[in-house]
Formats: sequence, C-alpha cells, structure tokens
Amino acid sequence: MRLEPIKNPTLARKLVPPAIALTTTIVIASLLATVAGADSFSVIGLILKGAFGSKFAILETLNRATPLIFTGLAVAVAFRAKFWNIGAEAQLYAGALMTVMLGTGVLPWPSFAILPLIIIASILAGAIVLLVPALLKTRLGVDEVVTTLLFNFIFLLFISMLLEGVLKDPMGMGWPKSARLIPEARLPRIVDGLRLHWGFGLAIFSAICIWIIQTRSTLGYEMRAVGLNKDAAAFAGIPVNVVIVKTALLSGGLAALAGFSEVAGLKGSLTLDLSPGFGYTGIIVAMLALLNPLGVVMAALFVAGIFVGADSMSRAADVPTYLADIMLATALLLMVLAIMLTRFRVVRR
Amino acid sequence: MEIIEILLTASFWAAAIRIASPLIFATLGELICERAGVLNLGIEGIMVAGAFSGWMAVYSGTGLWTGVCVAMLVGMLFGLLHSTLTVPFGLSQHVVGLGVTLLATSSTYYAYRLALPEVTSPPKIKAFQPFEIPILSDIPLLGPALFSQTPLTYLAFVLVAVVGVVLYRTPLGLAVRAAGENPAAVAAQGLSVTAIRMGAIMVGSGLMAVGGAFLTMSAFDSFFFEMVNGRGWICIALVVFGSWRPGKALLGAVLFAAFDALQIRVQQTSLGTQIPYQIFLMMPYILSIFALVLMSRRAEVPAALMVPFNKGER
Repeated sequence: MRLEPIKNPTLARKLVPPAIALTTTIVIASLLATVAGADSFSVIGLILKGAFGSKFAILETLNRATPLIFTGLAVAVAFRAKFWNIGAEAQLYAGALMTVMLGTGVLPWPSFAILPLIIIASILAGAIVLLVPALLKTRLGVDEVVTTLLFNFIFLLFISMLLEGVLKDPMGMGWPKSARLIPEARLPRIVDGLRLHWGFGLAIFSAICIWIIQTRSTLGYEMRAVGLNKDAAAFAGIPVNVVIVKTALLSGGLAALAGFSEVAGLKGSLTLDLSPGFGYTGIIVAMLALLNPLGVVMAALFVAGIFVGADSMSRAADVPTYLADIMLATALLLMVLAIMLTRFRVVRR
Repeated sequence: MEIIEILLTASFWAAAIRIASPLIFATLGELICERAGVLNLGIEGIMVAGAFSGWMAVYSGTGLWTGVCVAMLVGMLFGLLHSTLTVPFGLSQHVVGLGVTLLATSSTYYAYRLALPEVTSPPKIKAFQPFEIPILSDIPLLGPALFSQTPLTYLAFVLVAVVGVVLYRTPLGLAVRAAGENPAAVAAQGLSVTAIRMGAIMVGSGLMAVGGAFLTMSAFDSFFFEMVNGRGWICIALVVFGSWRPGKALLGAVLFAAFDALQIRVQQTSLGTQIPYQIFLMMPYILSIFALVLMSRRAEVPAALMVPFNKGER
C-alpha cells in the first residue's frame, strides 16, 4: 500500500475519518465495560452524566480542565516547533514549588503584588527547568525526548526530598506536605460560592495569547518554520537554535502555570500527588487539538470530561477508573490516524 | 573505603547482573526497532504489559516458560499496533509511541483490577529460581556473580550474542540495518521496507515485554503498579549510550546496573544515612542523562531513524 496526498479534500473526507475514530473509541470503551460486567450503554451515559450532568459536575470538569489547558498549550507550543517536550510534569511541579516557596508568607510585599509576582516567578521556574534539556539539545545534540522524560523522575524525587526536608509543614502531622499558602497568595473564585477559580480564566487568557503569538508574531512564524523544515528555516536565515530555546522557555513557563493554578487555586499547599499525570495528559490534549491553541481549550474540556465522568461512573457501575485512560489512549491513536486519512488516500498496488 | 569493600563482594556483582537483566532484554528490543529506523516509545508501557501478562499467566496455572511466551506475544501484539501506525501509515513515532505506552499501561491496570478486584497485596507466584552452572559457579567472585543466576538472565546474555550475530552476520540483519540506514536502497533490491520494519518492531516489542516479565517472574514474584518505574526510558538512553551496538549496549546495561546496585548499598552505610534517600534514587536517571551527553558527540545514529518511508515518494 502507498499513501497519496489528496489535492482538494471534500467536506466528507474531512469529517468522516475523525467521526469514525470517535465512534470506535466509544465502542471499544463500551465493550471493555461489558467485560467488567457493566451494561455497556449505561456506562457511556454515566460518563456523560458524571462530566456534564449537573452544575457541580460541569464545575468539576472545568476545574479539571484548567491544568490540562496549561500543559496542553505547553506541549502544543513545543511540538509545533518539533521540540519534543515530554517533561511538562516536571515543569508543572517547578511552578507549584515556586508558588509554595513565595506564597507561604515569606514575602514582605503589599498583598496586591503577591499574586503577579508568584505568577512571574513560577513561569521563570518552569522555563529554567526546560532550559536545561533545550541547551543540551542545541549545544550538544542530546535528544530532548529522553532528557525531558527522565527529568520528570528526577524532579519528582527532588520535590519529595524538599517536602520531607526544608518545605515540610511543621503542622502537617508528619505527612510530606508543604505549609498552606497565605490568603493573599490564593487565586480567588470567579463567582462566590462556586468552586471555580481564576486559574481557569488565566488558562483561557493564555490560550488566546499563544494563539496571537502563533498567528500574528514573528516568533510564531519562526517556530512554525523550524517545525516544518529545520534546514529550510536555517537557509532562510532563521536562527534555529535561538528559536528552539525561546520555544522551550515559553513551553516550560506554560506548564509551570498548571502547577501554580493547582496550588493557588485549588489545593492551597503542595503534596506529591498534586498532579495525576497532567503533564503527560497534556500531550493527548495537544494532539487532539491538532496543536491549535484554541483547540487545546476544547480538547482539555473533552479530556477532563472523560476523567471526571469516568470517576463518577466507576463509583456507580463498579468499572475500574482506568477505563478513562484506555479511552484517551485509543482516542489519541485513532485520531492521529484519522487526521492523516483526511489528507491522504491509501492506494493499493 | 566502604565502597571498595562493597565492590569486592560477590553478592554486589550478582545483584548488578540481576538488575541488568531486564534492561538487557528491553535495550536489545529497542535497539532492533531503532536499527530498522523506528523509535519505539511504547517501550515503557510494553514492559508493564509484559510484566503483568507473564506473571498473570503463571498465576493462572501455566508453566514459567509459557508465561514468558505469553508476555512475548502480548509485547508483539502492541508492537503490531505500533508498527501498523508508524510504518505503513507513517504517523509521528513520538505520538504513537507515547500513545502505545499509555494504552499498554492503562489496559494492564484495567485487566489487573478486573482479574484481582479484592486483593490488597498482590499474590505471589513461584518465580524462576537461581540455577548454578556446575564448575563455573565455583570460580571465586565471578562464579556467584555470573553463573548462579536465574535462567532468564542467562537467556538475556545469550540473546545479546544472537542479536549481534543476526544483525552483523546474516542477510536478514543486513536488511534490517539497511532499512534503518537507506530504505530506498532496500526497496531497490526488491525487498519490502514495510515488512522488515514491522517485523523488527514486533520482535523488538516482544523482547521489551520479556524484560518486563523478568521483573515479576525472576527479580520479584508478584506484580505492583509503578514497578517498571522509568526503566523503559532508561533503556532508550542505553541504546544511544551503546551506539546502537548489542555488545556495547550490554556493557552499558551492566555498568548502569552496577551503579544502581552500588547506590542501594551505599545508602545503608554510615555516610549514606546522612544523605536524603531521594538523592540516591535520582542517581540512575541523572547517570542516564550524563551518559547521553557523553555519547552524543560520537553517536552513529541510524541515518533513517524516525524517517517514514513511503514507496515511490522521493
């Protein structure tokens, strides 16, 4: 078989493969739920109801989507320039670490200045964490996939060390947990009484900013050029290595905001289970969004919906909650295939 | 001083070889994939799937070697998925690899929860026992370290030689290496690049799964979540460290494992107890990155690694 590009894809060509991919994902999930002894149709219904069925469920989904928007943006920005940042998890914790270091009352600053300062410091922390693999790549040619992956493990151990050492909360009853943020360092809720914090607003704002950078700025153009063809970009006079480093700084900063928003908006302190793999899930979000910053918001809502819905379905129908991860992995693999099939035709010969 | 004493004990080297064994299987598997021109980031998840399926097979009553075969088949199945998406369809090897890792890991955990819903601590199986090779195991230091291991460890060492011979001394090996260096030349010879690459990925994935199975069937005797714990990613670093050569990769795996065994022992010395244990746990990952930096200048990367091949396209 051979792949042949399609010159002018029809509307059906653009819509049918992704639709088949989504349907197949749902069919596979229902089959697996049947294996677990649940009624397949009710499982899908329970997931939808758990994710969007009530005001509480929708707020929970929006809350869960917030860190995913940040990590999804981080991955989308990096992958666009073909810089394979698989280390959003480490950068997320870098942001969270900065938030608890500065937000627990050590700063003698006026209260209105504390949050902006923490935000900037978190972005810098994440950017610096990703700067190391970026420099190793541009200076020494070390593949960033492995370094960023391994950094996740190193950084999590580093956090664990701090939480059992200098950052340990003396009031924490022996748990490896940081002290709580002072009220001035907490992100306020968007509407009083509703469990949704301004981290979500910051995430939407970031998505719009990144969209503007990618479509309207020189840096965005350079990042796309480097991603499409590094040699051609270099030939056209684009400083490829500089663009890669800038991309890395941007990507690391975005991922760090996920950690900031989780700590300052939701949890109030830092523990080792702050992120159930938001950094890795960001890759799925970014790919489902076709690396489009505005698409990342939609994809994050979809992915968060599956997680929140599967949690509540798991309690109701006694199906292991890992079904959510299986659905996402299946959706990811089938979607990249489907998207390719919207642009190429398979020819037998 | 204590470190030198540790280095001179046979039990230290025995541990190093034991720790190296799963890495050798998985590194060989990844090496075969990359030699054929495909990066397989599914390695981490495939090791998890292999660890569970081999152990589960034995727990449900099959023999140990049947368990190894089950793990290998499961690994090959994920290899088939990976290779179908990356070779004929030429999809991003990064994305597909990570997707396969997520799929393999989550479906393993799902299967574990379904198979053993009520257990708090995972049940144990009767794992592979050490087999002392007569005469050779009596050699001081070397004997207990190398020749009193479990059969799977011996298999790992034999496989290094087999993979080396096949890659460098047979037409099949030449075809695999050529698929990773110059696929157009392979196609010009009338061979199918697609078939060679898909076969290499399936065999490689099978070996990764056996590496995972070593953990549950030889190093330990039950299955835990998070038990693979980044070993797959370390193997990818080991392939680079070994310059895509089986012998050098073996050396890298043993060096790495010796370091890992050393840090466990240093932790228990008087000096080690003063240092946070996390520092020791970080060492393997830092060492891997260090190895990559060291080798990056001299690496002979397969020329067509991560380049999809679409016949008839120039």
